[in-house]
Amino acid sequence: MKNFSLGWTLIKLYTILVYVFLFAPIVVVIVLAFNPKQFGIFPMEGISFRWFIKLAQNEAIIDAFQNSLILGSLTAVLSTTIGILAALAFIRFEFPGKNTLNTLLLSPIMIPEVVLGVALLLFLRWLQQPKSFALLLIGHVVLTLPYVLLIVQARLVGIKKEYEEAAKSLGANAFQTFKEVTFPLLLPAILAGALFSFTISFDDITATLFWATAQNQTVPVKIFSMLRNSISPEINALGAVMIVLTVATPLLAGYLSRKFSKEKI
Amino acid sequence: MKSEGWKPWALLAPSISAIFFLLVIPICFIVVYSFWLRAPSGADIPAFQFGNYAKFFEDFFYPKILIRTIRISFETVLLCMVLGYIPAYFFYRSESRYKQAFLLLIMLPFWVSFIIRTMSWINIMGDSGLINHFLIKIGLIQTPISMLYNEFTVLMGLIMYLLPFMVLNIYVSLEGIDKSLLEAARCMGCTEWQAFREVTLPLSLPGLSAGCLLVFVLTAGTYLPPMILGGPGNDMIANLIFKRVIGTLDWPFGSAISVILLSLLFVIVWTYNRYLGINQIFKGMQGK
Repeated sequence: MKNFSLGWTLIKLYTILVYVFLFAPIVVVIVLAFNPKQFGIFPMEGISFRWFIKLAQNEAIIDAFQNSLILGSLTAVLSTTIGILAALAFIRFEFPGKNTLNTLLLSPIMIPEVVLGVALLLFLRWLQQPKSFALLLIGHVVLTLPYVLLIVQARLVGIKKEYEEAAKSLGANAFQTFKEVTFPLLLPAILAGALFSFTISFDDITATLFWATAQNQTVPVKIFSMLRNSISPEINALGAVMIVLTVATPLLAGYLSRKFSKEKI
Repeated sequence: MKSEGWKPWALLAPSISAIFFLLVIPICFIVVYSFWLRAPSGADIPAFQFGNYAKFFEDFFYPKILIRTIRISFETVLLCMVLGYIPAYFFYRSESRYKQAFLLLIMLPFWVSFIIRTMSWINIMGDSGLINHFLIKIGLIQTPISMLYNEFTVLMGLIMYLLPFMVLNIYVSLEGIDKSLLEAARCMGCTEWQAFREVTLPLSLPGLSAGCLLVFVLTAGTYLPPMILGGPGNDMIANLIFKRVIGTLDWPFGSAISVILLSLLFVIVWTYNRYLGINQIFKGMQGK
């Protein structure tokens, strides 16, 4: 059918080119991370792990990694918890002002991060508080909450209310119903939301650059300050580690959950 | 459904207070601060005056950056549309069993840090980058061409960042089209191209326009690509905010520029919402 037509072939080719464009920078970072040379980028002269070893010995980077991991995990826990509660309210209840409030909670998506960065920092300044880890955390919760809300809401719409009503009519209270019925059904969306907020927090640079300090650096902020000099193989190595970490985690989670759910059946 | 009083409010309390205290109030602060004065000593003095706004519009320096921001945002939207529609259409029509994998791949850049994707253009387009290396190797040039730090590279960085948003929005819209409509069009004698032009394209416009709005808003509010891939003349309005707030600690002026950026985006989102409705945007984001 159409698969053999010239038009379709051109569409395919075009798509492949777009993919090349999107992935070239990512692939190049990973390849160059193994470049043994100190200066200049290409040509590659063999393969070496020297930059990874150097990274592992760099305490400032290890610190930044620790910060990022803790920050990302706490952000994921907080914003997923808040997000689930809000999603339950929006999908399971009717109340005045529902649409307006929903738009309000989703609005951080449409507000430029740079404005968010300035705004929160300014507020903190007015409160006469120094920049701290807590600032990064609350900032990242605001950044990630809309995404959790969208993901959990979309799933919750698909879970029939009858299941919950059945549990209630069998004598379960509201909390038991949530724990035994809604939560297990919602779990894939909760995990997706948590993973997504972890990744956003782990990768964010635009707003984080306003909130970070020398003591509270995240990996992207560290990369940014390293870029001030010039692009070095060490930055590429750090980039490669981050790419593997943030890409492998969701893929692994997806694989595990599929395996897990198959075993259950 | 009957109203169940306090319950939804209890569930909403944490999220609403988070957004209220961490977003609504801080943004009000920006507005208030934008009227304040900055003492020569660097202290901020509470006041109500329009000096910061007057300073922005007093000569061509700042308005030029504002206009450049709008122009670059439109260029990015246009390029993302051109680059993004065909892949989205490909996903929609493809019957390949690797379709899901292709879709997953287009979402993959979302999971890769923005700063890494941006700085990697230096690996590709720098003096000793991939392209120069290749051109020298095949003997086309002897010395590297310098390609970085201009508006073209800024656009490359922006497209790299925003293209997946556009593709997903268009795809979500295309996926919602009933395929029997296409068959009907074909039965009635339309060619493939006519069926596309008369049926698919108009029905995919909601996703396309949602993608455009999202790309525009995100472009207008970003400073990283101009900062890393741009030269001195490629600053956008967000760069200006960053420099005033982090660089010179001029909070009142930085706030005023933020208000100008917010107003620009507000006008655009408001107009869009008035004619097209904003909800499609959130539909597209769920695809992620």
